[in-house]
Amino acid sequence: MRTEAKFKWLPTPFRSLLLFSVWLLLNNSVSAGHLILGAILAIVIPLATNPFRTKQPLILHPGLALKQLLLVLYDIITANIQVALLILGPTKKLNPGFVKVPLDLDQAMPITILASTVSLTPGTVSAEVYPWKETLKEGEEPEQRYLLIHVLNLKDEQELINTIKQRYEAPLKEIFEC
Amino acid sequence: MAEWIISILLLIGGSFVLVGSIGLVKMPDFFMRLHGPTKATTLGMACLLTAAMVFFSQSEAGISVKEILISIFLLLTAPISGYMLIKSAIHHKLDSIERTKGKDNIEDDV
Amino acid sequence: MLETVILIVFAMIGVSLLLNLWRLVKGPSVPDRILALDTMYINSIALIILYGLSMGTELYFEAALLIAMLGFVSTVAICKYLLRGDIIE
Repeated sequence: MRTEAKFKWLPTPFRSLLLFSVWLLLNNSVSAGHLILGAILAIVIPLATNPFRTKQPLILHPGLALKQLLLVLYDIITANIQVALLILGPTKKLNPGFVKVPLDLDQAMPITILASTVSLTPGTVSAEVYPWKETLKEGEEPEQRYLLIHVLNLKDEQELINTIKQRYEAPLKEIFEC
Repeated sequence: MAEWIISILLLIGGSFVLVGSIGLVKMPDFFMRLHGPTKATTLGMACLLTAAMVFFSQSEAGISVKEILISIFLLLTAPISGYMLIKSAIHHKLDSIERTKGKDNIEDDV
Repeated sequence: MLETVILIVFAMIGVSLLLNLWRLVKGPSVPDRILALDTMYINSIALIILYGLSMGTELYFEAALLIAMLGFVSTVAICKYLLRGDIIE
């Protein structure tokens, strides 16, 4: 896990790339003027906003991250079709349920990404991260964190937990090395 | 050719949006209702915006890719608003239907 | 052909907006109403994009983007209000 970037003038390389591409997309052009202005904005905005950011782990393996992104996009498409079929099918056959998934991650940023992934993929919506932040004392670290998820059609609880841990959590651990 | 692609994408997108709204009306409790709009609508909007992208790319001079921005934005924000909604539902202790499993997994609010 | 398809999709989204409105009126709880409003926002973006398509103009893109942002921010703000009773803590 690393929270500081290699170059001082580029504190968050991927956010700079994101800003740059959003600027080009908004203007819908790749002319020289927009390229230069976009590059200046992509460097100046992260520098100006860096002091009031809380330190988060950086992406250390961009290749793996891209692979995971493609996997999640594929899962979103299949998930949508699954959920659409579940919605159109008979409501009485659905078995909703709450499941607690134990987490190995302990940083805010990877947990947020995991929770968003879970929300977008088959039949699950993430609801809460336990333990509550308010019940912890200042600077205290909990022994084990849990993610509470709501499942639209619960078949096998253990299998679901294993899928989430292997398919989505393990790659995140590798990407952030934490 | 392009017209066919646009038509199919539009129809798929429209039906996903419709299915999401049907889920909103049909499901018996709040937690199950949440599944329709957060998921089905995301893919529906992505399809509609891709159709718009293809349409404007082939009709005017130069390609048009800025519609992709709305897709990315919706993709990023849908889980967050879903999370906020389910959090406030748990805070208000909304009832889930009888056969919901693992209700005791919900811990009490502070 | 495209004109007919656009009309059909207009009808689909109109129906889903009506369904959302029904949930908004019926409730029964406040989070249900917020969820219905959030879905209405997203469906109205679809409607605007479709209108732009049928008119053949990209002018409405900015409006759609703005509605997407406002919808997200207002959903989060109302949820925060429900959670703590104050919009700004």
